[in-house]
Amino acid sequence: MTDMKKTSLTLGPVYYLWNAEKWRDFHFRIADEAPVDRVVIGETVCSKRQHFIEPHLAEVVERLESAGKTVILSTLALVTLNRESKQIREMAEVSEHLMEANDLSALAILKDKPHTIGPLVNVYNAPTARLLASRGATRICLPPELPFSSVKEITAELPDIDFEVFAFGRMPLAISARCAHARSKGKIKDNCQFVCGEDPDGLPVRTLDRQSFLALNGVQTVSHACQSLLGELDHLVEAGVRSFRLSPQDCDMVAVAKLHRAVLDGAVDADAGVAKLRQLYAAAPLANGFHHAKEGAVWVARTRSLQAAWPA
Amino acid sequence: MELICPAGTPAAFHEAVDAGADAVYCGFRDETNARNFPGLNFSREELREAIAYAKRKGTQTFVALNTFMRAGAEEIWYKGAADAVALGADALILADFGLMAHVAEKYPEQRLHVSVQASASNPDAINFLVDAFNAQRVVLPRTLTIADIARIGKNIRCEMEVFVFGGLCVMAEGRCSLSSYATGKSPNMNGVCSPASHVRYRKDGGELVSELGEFTINRFPAGEAAGYPTLCKGRFDIADSNGYAFEDPVSLDVMGELEALKAAGVKALKIEGRQRGKAYVAEVVSTMKAALNSPPDRRAPLLARLRTMSEGQKTTSGAYEKRWR
Amino acid sequence: MLIPPILSAPLHMIPIPLIERICRLMFGRIAKAHPGLFERLDEHRQKRFAFLPTDLPLAFVVVPGREEISVLRQPVEIEADAITEAPLFLLLALMEGRCDADALFFSRDLSVTGDMEAMLAMRNALDASNIDLQKDLAKLAGPLAPIARRVIGEIRDRALKDQNRPAGEAAAWN
Repeated sequence: MTDMKKTSLTLGPVYYLWNAEKWRDFHFRIADEAPVDRVVIGETVCSKRQHFIEPHLAEVVERLESAGKTVILSTLALVTLNRESKQIREMAEVSEHLMEANDLSALAILKDKPHTIGPLVNVYNAPTARLLASRGATRICLPPELPFSSVKEITAELPDIDFEVFAFGRMPLAISARCAHARSKGKIKDNCQFVCGEDPDGLPVRTLDRQSFLALNGVQTVSHACQSLLGELDHLVEAGVRSFRLSPQDCDMVAVAKLHRAVLDGAVDADAGVAKLRQLYAAAPLANGFHHAKEGAVWVARTRSLQAAWPA
Repeated sequence: MELICPAGTPAAFHEAVDAGADAVYCGFRDETNARNFPGLNFSREELREAIAYAKRKGTQTFVALNTFMRAGAEEIWYKGAADAVALGADALILADFGLMAHVAEKYPEQRLHVSVQASASNPDAINFLVDAFNAQRVVLPRTLTIADIARIGKNIRCEMEVFVFGGLCVMAEGRCSLSSYATGKSPNMNGVCSPASHVRYRKDGGELVSELGEFTINRFPAGEAAGYPTLCKGRFDIADSNGYAFEDPVSLDVMGELEALKAAGVKALKIEGRQRGKAYVAEVVSTMKAALNSPPDRRAPLLARLRTMSEGQKTTSGAYEKRWR
Repeated sequence: MLIPPILSAPLHMIPIPLIERICRLMFGRIAKAHPGLFERLDEHRQKRFAFLPTDLPLAFVVVPGREEISVLRQPVEIEADAITEAPLFLLLALMEGRCDADALFFSRDLSVTGDMEAMLAMRNALDASNIDLQKDLAKLAGPLAPIARRVIGEIRDRALKDQNRPAGEAAAWN
C-alpha cells in the first residue's frame, strides 16, 4: 500500500441511547486501548436524550484527552426547537473543544470558528466543500451514500482540505420529526419513556417477507447492513482521503479500530481484515454498495471491484 | 397568501395557470430536480413557452434545481441555472450550497428560494442562507408544527412557503438515503425517490405486492386503498407485530389550518405533485383557489372531495400538528 | 362503471381483424394529430405496452416506436413489457389525461405490472399530449370511421350517465 503513515481514525458519536455507565465505560476503554486519533462525543440524534450522558461528559473528555485523543463535540442532526438552537449556540460560546456540525444551524453558529463537518451534512461536490472550508471547516466527513467517483473528484479538486469517509457502521439513512421507535412500542415522541434505550444496536425492521432491512434508533433510521470500506481503504488513501470514521455499534469497537489500523498499516491484508470484521460484528452483514455506486445494502466483493476498475 | 402549484408537463402547467395559480413550479427534464421521473418535466423550449404563457396571465414561474450537484458534473446544474435565468424564471428553487453560491454570485438579481430539500428547519439555518446567498424565501420542511413555523417567522429575514397539500415526506427532506439504500439511485443526487426502474408490482393470491429493489415494501389485500412504493410508507415487521413503521400511505392536507398559517406569517402555500397528471393539477388547484377565496367555515366541504385523489385515499396534517410525532 | 353487456356483446361478435383495423385507423389518426406524442418515451419507445380493459374480453398491445397496435381476444397469455388493467372508459380517460393515474392506482381501479419505468413514461407522454378523442377522431375517414366513432361515442355516453364515478376521475367526461 502507498503512503499510509498519515492516515488517521475518527470514532464517531454513539448514535444509540446507551445507559450512562455503558457509555462512559465504552469511552474509557476507547481512551485506554483504541488506536483512534479523534473521538466525537455528544448526543446527535435526539435532544431528549441529552441529560443521560451529561453527568459523565467531563470525565470522559478528560480520560480521552489524557490518552492523547482529540475530542470533538457533536451537535444535533435535526434542530427544530428553540432550546436546541440555544444549546448549540451556548456550547459554541463556552467550549474550548472543536465542534462538529450536523445540520445547517450549527454551520451558521460555527462560522469563522474552526470546526468539523459530520456525515449528516450534504456535501456532494467540491464547490460545497470549498464553501464550508471557507467558513471554517477543517475536516469534512463525506455522506455515507457518496460513491467513490464523487469522493475522488472532491478530493482531487480540494487537496488542502482533510476529507474523511464513513468506513464502518450501520449507515444513518434518515431522520424524522416523528419517532418511529417510540411509535413501534405504543408511545409517541413527547411521552416516549426512552424506549429506544432498550435497543442499544437499533430495533430491527424486517419486510413482510422477513427480509432484514433497517433498524430504528429513536427518530433516526439506520441500515440493517453495516457499511465497511475495509476492502476499499487502499483506493481511498490513493485518492487522498486521510481519515476514516468508525461509527460505534454494540460490539468490540476497540478490536474494530485495531483492525482498521492494522489494514491501513499493511499489517493485515484487506481480505483477511474483512473476514475478521465479520466475526467482530456478526449482528449484521457488511455492505459497501454506496461506495461502488450501487444499492447501499449490497456487498461488492473486492476481486469484483478490482475487475470493475480495470476491465479486461 | 400565494398559491404555488406543481407542473410536470406543459399541459399540467397550462392547467395550473388557468386554474388560478399565483406561481407554478417545474423543472428541466434531467437530474437537476427532485422529480426526475421518466417522461416528466420540461425541455428548454417547453419552459420558454410555458413562461411566456404564464407571464401573459400574470402568473409566476419558479424553476426547481433542487438536487445536489454530482461531483465533477457541476456544469449540468450551472447550465440549468443559466438557462432558467435567461428564460425568465421568476425564482430558482435550490438546495445545494455550492449551487446557491454560484447563483448568488453570477446572477445577483435573480430571486433565490431555498428548496425544502435543503432542510433549513430553524432560524439559524435560514438566516445563514439569507446572509450567505441572499435567499428571499425558504420552503419549510414538513417536520415543523405550526407553532414552530410562527416562531421561525418572527426570527428570520425572508419569506416562508409551506407545503399544504399532496405527498408527505415523513423523513427530513434532502436528508434521506432510504431509497438509495434499496435501489442505488439517490433522491439527492439522481432526483428520484423509489425510482420506477426498481419498482415491481406483483399479485400474490389476492394481494398486491409492491417491491422496491430486492425489498418488499407492502402487501395490499384486495380492496384496500394503495399507496406509492416509498419506503417511509411501507408496511414492515417490527418485533412481533407488523404495520406501518413510519407512516401510513397518506398524503398531507393542512388546508384546515389556513388561518393559523396566515397568522404565523406564511407568505405562500405550496401544493406537492409534479409527478401527478394534469387532471389532478386542475382539480386540486381550482379547489384550493376556491377555498382560499371562501370564508373559513365554507372551506371544509370544498376540500373534502380532494381526499379521494390522495395516496391511500387518506390525508393527515402531519407534523404541523404536534401529536403526529 | 363497467361496460354493460349491450355494448360488449357486439364487440364479441366483431371479428378481431376488423377491430384491429379500426384501432389502427384510430391510432394512426391520433399519432398524426400529435406528432410529438411519444417523444417523452425516450428509450421506452420500442417496448410492448399492453392495455387490458377489465370489462372487455380484449387486449390491446401497442409498440409506440413502430406505430403498431394489435388486438387479442382474452383470455390469452400477454407478452408485453408493461401491462395496465382498468375498465375501458378509464383507459380512454387516461389516454386523454382526464383522470389522474396515481389516484386510480390508490383506489385500486387501475393495476399495473411489468416495467414501471416504461409505464410511467407512457403515462406522462399521454398526459402531456392533449389527446382529445372526439376532436382527433372527427377527421377519421373511410368505411370504418362510423363504427369507430359510434363505439367511442357509446362508451362516452355510458361514462357520462354513470353516477358512481370512481375516485380520481376528476374532470367531467365531456
